Amino acid sequence: MADGLSRTGQIATPGLRRRRGAPARELARWGAGALGIVVLVGIWELYKLLGPADGLVLFGNRVLPRTSDLAMPHSWDMLARLLEPVTRADGARPLWLEVAVAATLTLGIAAAGWLTGLVVGVGLALVMQRWKLAEWGLLPWIILSQTIPLIAFAPVVRSWGSRIEIGAFEWQDWMSVALIASYLAFFPIAVGALKGLQSPDTIHVELMKTYAAGWWKTLVRLRLPAAVPYLLPALRLGAANAVIGAVVAEVSTGLQGGIGRILIQYAGQASGDPSKAWGPIFGAIVLGLVAAGSIALLGAMLGRYRRVEISG
Amino acid sequence: MTQMTGGTDAVSIAGVDKVFETRSGQVQALSGIDLTVAAGEFVSLIGPSGCGKSTLMRLIADLDQPSTGTVSVFGKPAKDARIAQDYGIAFQQAGLLPWRTVEENIELPLSLHGAPKAERAARVAELVSLVGLGDFADRYPDQLSGGMQQRVAIARALAEKPRLLLMDEPFGALDEMTRERMQSELVRICAETGAAVVFVTHSIPEAVFLSDRVVVMSPRPGRIQEIVTMRLAATADREEGLREQHEFFDMITAVREALHQGSPVAAVRGVETR
Repeated sequence: MADGLSRTGQIATPGLRRRRGAPARELARWGAGALGIVVLVGIWELYKLLGPADGLVLFGNRVLPRTSDLAMPHSWDMLARLLEPVTRADGARPLWLEVAVAATLTLGIAAAGWLTGLVVGVGLALVMQRWKLAEWGLLPWIILSQTIPLIAFAPVVRSWGSRIEIGAFEWQDWMSVALIASYLAFFPIAVGALKGLQSPDTIHVELMKTYAAGWWKTLVRLRLPAAVPYLLPALRLGAANAVIGAVVAEVSTGLQGGIGRILIQYAGQASGDPSKAWGPIFGAIVLGLVAAGSIALLGAMLGRYRRVEISG
Repeated sequence: MTQMTGGTDAVSIAGVDKVFETRSGQVQALSGIDLTVAAGEFVSLIGPSGCGKSTLMRLIADLDQPSTGTVSVFGKPAKDARIAQDYGIAFQQAGLLPWRTVEENIELPLSLHGAPKAERAARVAELVSLVGLGDFADRYPDQLSGGMQQRVAIARALAEKPRLLLMDEPFGALDEMTRERMQSELVRICAETGAAVVFVTHSIPEAVFLSDRVVVMSPRPGRIQEIVTMRLAATADREEGLREQHEFFDMITAVREALHQGSPVAAVRGVETR
């Protein structure tokens, strides 16, 4: 009652009520996230403590891993290892810094791939929205493109790329990786953007027609804003794909300096230093979170275009 | 009381047929329609569901094209009139853009046609108060009731001061109380703007209360059965009290009988007599 009266002149609506309860819900969400990590660590340590030393072998297949420090380092060892130097060499950087530097490089490449995927994906969606014939012609190929395994064409892209040299421009190895990342990123973006651009109701399309608004004005005032709720999940998916694509492409093209490379490199050293291999794994997780978080930030900035989604 | 104000008629429809091609064959939606709406006149189209009254309005709006015959709006072909923005339109659903506030929704046609910013702001402020939404100018559509949304839609239709308003059951989704209030507001708004109106409705009392003339249409293929001229006070002078007067009920009876004429059954389906 007091709450209702204090906001004089404001009507209680689903939208406003939701915002009022938001801090508590936000806290609960973070709590649930933290709880998830605690549970995961708990299961890990509990199994390590109680599980059979040689793991569980059924019919000659090991279905549960060995519990030795070599196969399953303690979670605190993994964290402690992050603070220690990468190698015993003098002046070696701490592991976390090495991982962070590599992750930053990969993030940059993935971002370049994501941006390329965004341009290509939205471009394809625009063409398909504009001409129905283009949708019939292009969409099957777009879907088919995703059935080609990444590792099959990563080396091809690299060797083609190495032959490209236009004037002062020379193809760099990281560009091959970014291109492969964009190849994975563009797909959900193209499909999501097309769905979003086609989402306006007939009534809105006809209204624009009565305003004698052409395709371009209808696009800017109606179709693009209406596409935002569809585009955001697609962009998030595209970002995740770009990160995965970049990491895998780094491995298969052998690019130095990225997190894909040190993932392989440290895994090779795991027999002597099992905790070290987990550094780049954590790095890759953080990378994915940063990528997804950037999209969440973008979504927050585009809040007004998501009102239907919020209130509906 | 058709007020012939002289000059060009708002709408002039001559010999219009409309045939829709569907998968199961041709459907004759309209047949032999002749109708003239004078400038400043309020004309309602009424008839059972599927009589083509919405189709007829869509032809005037150039959202569909007639199979034969001509539709002209202020002496121009309907397409030219649409491109010249000679009419404002409101549908059964408000059709507001959810990411735009009340003000921004009303502003949409003005900004699409490049009106200067200051002029836009002044016009929007004027319209917001015309439809009585002064306190809600910065709200989003999902924060408004159905009646308020519909008022925004009407304000948007009026934004460019059209001399013709096309309304397709704009109050159809509202409750009876809101509906009557909106009708009174529409009467007031029309008096203030002097626009001609083509108003599609299911409701006989609504048509009678609002109109100078009521066009009664027969079921498929849609024809004009009868045009009933309302012998009531001038539309601008109509007030709530009219709803309880003899003349009002007489006109309701007249429209109702016109509707029943062409129908073999006593009750005309799809027409609300409330």
